[in-house]
Amino acid sequence: MTVEVIKGNCIACGACVGTCPAGALTVEDAAEVGADKCTLCGECIKACPVNALRLPGDGVGGGGPEPEKTELGPEAHLDKAKKRPEYLTPKPDRGVAVQGDLVDYKGVWVFIEQMENHIAPVSWELLGEGRKLADKLGVELAGVLLGEGIGGLTEEIFAYGVDKVYLVDNPVLKQYRTQSYSKVLVELVNKYKPEIFLMGATTLGRDLSGTVATELKTGLTADCTVLDINMEKRLLDQTRPAFGGNIMATIWCDNRRPQMATVRPRVMDMPARETGRRGPVIAEQVDLKEEEMATKVVEYIKEKGTAVYLDKAEIIVAGGKGVGSKKNWALIEELAGVLGGTVGASRAAVEAGWVPLAHQVGQTGQTVRPKVYIAVGISGAIQHLVGMQTSDTIVALNNDREAPIFRAATYGMVGEAAKVLPLLIEQFRRRLNCKV
Amino acid sequence: MHLAVCLKQVPDATEVKIDPKTNTLVREGVPAIINPYDLHALEEAVALKEKYGGKVTVITMGPPMAVESLKKAVSYGADEAILLSDRAFAGSDTLATSYILAQAIKKVNEKEQVDIILCGKQAIDGDTAQVGPGIAARLGVPQLTFVMKVDAVDQETGEIQVQRKLEAVREVVRAKLPTLLTVEKSINTIRYASLPNLIRGAGYEVKVWGKGDLDLDETQLGLKGSPTKVSRIFAPPQRPGGEVIEGPPEVAVKNLVDKLITRDIIANC
Repeated sequence: MTVEVIKGNCIACGACVGTCPAGALTVEDAAEVGADKCTLCGECIKACPVNALRLPGDGVGGGGPEPEKTELGPEAHLDKAKKRPEYLTPKPDRGVAVQGDLVDYKGVWVFIEQMENHIAPVSWELLGEGRKLADKLGVELAGVLLGEGIGGLTEEIFAYGVDKVYLVDNPVLKQYRTQSYSKVLVELVNKYKPEIFLMGATTLGRDLSGTVATELKTGLTADCTVLDINMEKRLLDQTRPAFGGNIMATIWCDNRRPQMATVRPRVMDMPARETGRRGPVIAEQVDLKEEEMATKVVEYIKEKGTAVYLDKAEIIVAGGKGVGSKKNWALIEELAGVLGGTVGASRAAVEAGWVPLAHQVGQTGQTVRPKVYIAVGISGAIQHLVGMQTSDTIVALNNDREAPIFRAATYGMVGEAAKVLPLLIEQFRRRLNCKV
Repeated sequence: MHLAVCLKQVPDATEVKIDPKTNTLVREGVPAIINPYDLHALEEAVALKEKYGGKVTVITMGPPMAVESLKKAVSYGADEAILLSDRAFAGSDTLATSYILAQAIKKVNEKEQVDIILCGKQAIDGDTAQVGPGIAARLGVPQLTFVMKVDAVDQETGEIQVQRKLEAVREVVRAKLPTLLTVEKSINTIRYASLPNLIRGAGYEVKVWGKGDLDLDETQLGLKGSPTKVSRIFAPPQRPGGEVIEGPPEVAVKNLVDKLITRDIIANC
């Protein structure tokens, strides 16, 4: 048995082909499923934008499969007949917004991330984005701030455009812990019912968002690169690179609330700051007891060695496999030095051992957005491009004229890194009057 | 000590090529591998077993062919391996996936109490980092994400101390067991499988559990149980492609630097 193609619906877009882990799909005039390969995993059904794929036996595309005999041994059926142990019976879902309740959820929330009273810049970027969404929907934008002794930060939050701040100030919240922070956020969401809730995709945001979304039984889309409102449906269009960034997918969370999404730092623009803006601060009391906490932070240790602030760099000189050797890598460092920039790297350069992991740019590394990104010997695999393509100016140097990096580049030059780098260093040395 | 490790099968990213005609991933013949972060979770579990005694159970959800990954996990030192496979699980997003995995861990726990659950910090295909926290939330156990080092496990007090890798600092944190860890690659170095384990893995009969083997609420499974859905898929916007500066290297470099400085892209203070 295979996934079935509803020929009338199929638009031969090819979206399913890349999603099939078994390589069972091909597309010519319409999608076709290779009977010998299809494992009925359903990945393609999720990907199909026009409901043209379904599991065999389903009435409509994307619907739930009919109950059917599984391919398991007889014990599976014995087990089914057994009485469910009581403690394993699923608890009634709390905080689930079902269809009818959706209209009760209004407003856009941004989680304001702070550590030791310093707010993470991604929170400002999200407020800029949240402002646009709230204006489109005609609703309020609120910031949610948790911690201890953090009341002084609200002024700054208003300066970045919020209408309201929800503040929970409690000694248990002094240091971030999943348990306390998620408990507070779940209570606030259930009380005030925002329709959209955004967090930064920092380590803290990634730790927290998954827990909160699970507790609320709502959808969460990680690492969005574009957020917009579908006005017709009043839904958040959450767009992110999928399947290694080769395609973009717009995700909806249409029957649960809030619609939750995370965005990586430096992906969205920094909004303008407007001093003197004011608004209401809603100080909430939440019952938290230190003795009920299952974790305790012992200490924070500053990382040894020079920290790499790729995310703050204005100029990045990044090298890839085409740099060729550890010896040539010194030229990347030299060029970065001449320009007062920071060294970046592709995965290949990190794996070759030329440069530590902290310098890696891309999907598994960092997302950067410098004024100038100089890519040397980097072919421009999509996993790299998603981490740097919003840089203001991209300069590419590669020996392969067909390399995808040239499509992303503002300026390109074809040549061998080992040969061109010394020339570049010399030219910049000569032309730049200031000594960095 | 009983350690449960959640694994995911992913396409080997280094083998994925893009079809220039259709602009989609070519997965034909792309081997499936165990998500690299999950391998480090498994290695850590095996190392903890060696240090403190006990047993390692690996669990994966996926198509029937995922048994191969589980046999491999046994060759790396896992004692037991369970595949969660059922048509009803297909199309699950992270919320539904964490539900199914959590219910499976509950069943494993019934037979033999689980002390530590380990996951990779994220999978390299989806990169969401959501399933680990999702499992912890559903089981009501503390989670320690992005762990780069396990300092110690105190079996008497039932506590674990780990170091978590945050942006600029390491957080040293203590938690009560049972707990769930998601791990960084830097937590350990994966060792080669030993010969006896290789032989054991090759002959290992993976347990397969379908929806009938678990206590599951059907409305929380698969596409039906997934609040997120894909509304549209499209090719990423192509940049128009910039200006390629031609000429012999010396001339081209000079022209390039000219443009960067005269257009004030690189400031000449």
